[in-house]
Amino acid sequence: MATKRIIRVLDINLSEEKVATHHREDLAPFIGGIGVASKLFAELVDAQKDPLDPEQPIILANGPLSTIFPVVTKTVAVFRSPLTGEWGESYAGMRLALAMRMSGFQAIVIRGRAKKPVYLSISDHGVRFKDATALWGLSVSETGSILRGLEQGRGHRSCIRIGPAGEKCVSFANVNVDTYRHFGRLGLGALFGAKNLKAVVIYGEKDEPIENLAQYNRVYKDIYDKAVTTDIMDKYHGIGTAINVNGLNNLNGLPTKNLQQSSFEQAEAISGEAFAEQSLIRKMACAGCPVGCIHIGLYRREFGPGFDYESKNLSYDHELIFALGSFLGMSSQEKIYALIDAVEELGLDAISAGVLLGWVTEAFEKGILTEEQLGVKPTFDQTEPYLEILQQLVQQPNEFYRVLALGSYAAAQRYGGHDFAMTLAKNEMAGYHTGYANILGQAVGARHSHLDNAGYSVDQKLKDKSAEEKVQALVKEEKWRNVLNCLTICLFAREIYQVETVLSALDAIGIKSNEAELNGLGEEIFKIKHNTRLRLGYDFNQLAVPKRFFETVSVTGNLNPATWQEMLEYYKSIIRE
Amino acid sequence: MAKILQAKYMAKCIGCYSCMLACARTVRHSFSLQKSAIQIHTAGGLQSRFLADICRGCLEPACARACNSGALLPRKGGGVRFIPAKCLGCRDCVEACVVKTIRFDDTSNKPIICIQCGSCTRYCPHQVITMEERENGY
Repeated sequence: MATKRIIRVLDINLSEEKVATHHREDLAPFIGGIGVASKLFAELVDAQKDPLDPEQPIILANGPLSTIFPVVTKTVAVFRSPLTGEWGESYAGMRLALAMRMSGFQAIVIRGRAKKPVYLSISDHGVRFKDATALWGLSVSETGSILRGLEQGRGHRSCIRIGPAGEKCVSFANVNVDTYRHFGRLGLGALFGAKNLKAVVIYGEKDEPIENLAQYNRVYKDIYDKAVTTDIMDKYHGIGTAINVNGLNNLNGLPTKNLQQSSFEQAEAISGEAFAEQSLIRKMACAGCPVGCIHIGLYRREFGPGFDYESKNLSYDHELIFALGSFLGMSSQEKIYALIDAVEELGLDAISAGVLLGWVTEAFEKGILTEEQLGVKPTFDQTEPYLEILQQLVQQPNEFYRVLALGSYAAAQRYGGHDFAMTLAKNEMAGYHTGYANILGQAVGARHSHLDNAGYSVDQKLKDKSAEEKVQALVKEEKWRNVLNCLTICLFAREIYQVETVLSALDAIGIKSNEAELNGLGEEIFKIKHNTRLRLGYDFNQLAVPKRFFETVSVTGNLNPATWQEMLEYYKSIIRE
Repeated sequence: MAKILQAKYMAKCIGCYSCMLACARTVRHSFSLQKSAIQIHTAGGLQSRFLADICRGCLEPACARACNSGALLPRKGGGVRFIPAKCLGCRDCVEACVVKTIRFDDTSNKPIICIQCGSCTRYCPHQVITMEERENGY
């Protein structure tokens, strides 16, 4: 790997309102994205201190291909997760990777705690610490509206911000990125809140001449044509990931009513096809992506008698329809939109919020939780109690809601109901019930996400293969995804960015590599992540899979704990090697 | 009649910026969107619609009239030809542009001029921007 590149790291200290720029030649072999972020995080995280301690770093990184090749749109955030206590990693699109590139920084480190609420204004001309006391307490959308008027760079800037959930350090608070995307999962929003950091606006005008125009044009066009004129990206541009709803439902893979069922009698009404036909109003794209997978639906709500209506444009996809839909028994798009609107404005991770509400509902039905504690009677398919619970767990008026704000795993630890608190390694499950690889993949993946290693896909594609082969496939996929995440491509484009294309794109901007080097990099990052999370407290022997996974039929039939345990043991043996 | 750049179908724009990248890449040999002569932005945040700041290909371009160094010459059919070697960086064209779409590049000390080449339209996935002949010649 060429090492002539130097990674420019912007280091921001909120406590002292100081900034520094570090030129890190040693990080060049890690390309960018998760490679650079993993190294920086391993250097800076303090395993002895709480995830929300001011000293804990937030690392943001993009990659050398960001925005200048099609569908390379992501920025990675790495942090110590307040939800799991260990490795936190999240990706977001929209304008952030573009704005970071134009600002001239490949990585940004944010440390310390501001004395009063601030927002950061970052550009290629420096960093400003700006008073955000008037923004504290505001919703995500209102914050965005105000910052839009305060900052320069209309159209090319990125505005990332938290809502009240982040301010109150809810363990699964997210960070909203440019209205329609998020750093979701694992609670980055809580770190912002703990640092008194309401928002970051990034904008830049840095010039970047192209050195090898003919080669770059050729590779760009090849990738662009694959993205636009072939059917590789059809799924994402057409109905979108929501197409999975009907597919999974037909195969017994759609988690429903807290996974008491894996198919939903109302699935048709909330399917991707139904959303597309009845409420989809436009599609949007992240900067540098000609595909446009972001599906925006119209939520129309009557707020008073006499035909008084309000309307909102909300982004939906499979995970939202699962977590705030089938998982809570929601029978209509309108009800799902009501919940999406609430989690968006509060700044909560939608998956964790939905899965927590599923546990709350069943715990209430079983008498583990009471109406006196909750203040409402949660019921599947009823939005009003859920909206109230979401507000309360953000406001945290009492000990009960303070525990709920720590997430499903912590709540079940305190009140019981572990067997149906649908978490894997303390992170709420994603929207698939496909089999062992899905469960194992989320439990052992670096960030306990279905996106670490696509276990849901392994279950279906390797259905007739042995347990060992499935585990090997998970590990192989996770290592390769590490490489793709160094580039910060959108993983929806992973079929386009196969090895040869990755090498061509890197070569076109002067980064020489080969397949063996890339695979070695994926392996090295895998180790860095694993060793760091062990340092932060992850323990294979503490993994407990909720019994519900083994009680409800999956896409690959009924599952049993013994086979899961066997696969885990095999995974552990591979890791030890 | 020469074709000129049009943005008649902005309601279909997804905000991918492929057009800006194409302009910066092809005409200015730069990765930077700031070097693009076409600028896409929102009317008021991402919940609003997208707008395109484009050269309107004036038949009697005010920018060329304002240029006294001979760097901007009216193009047959609308718009201008730009001759960078003659440009002194006075910014009179920026001031003169009726629709305020000419921006100035401090790095090169020259304006960013649309030359009506159509590169941007070839990378628009939804044919939102197009090269079309003027209706009725205007």
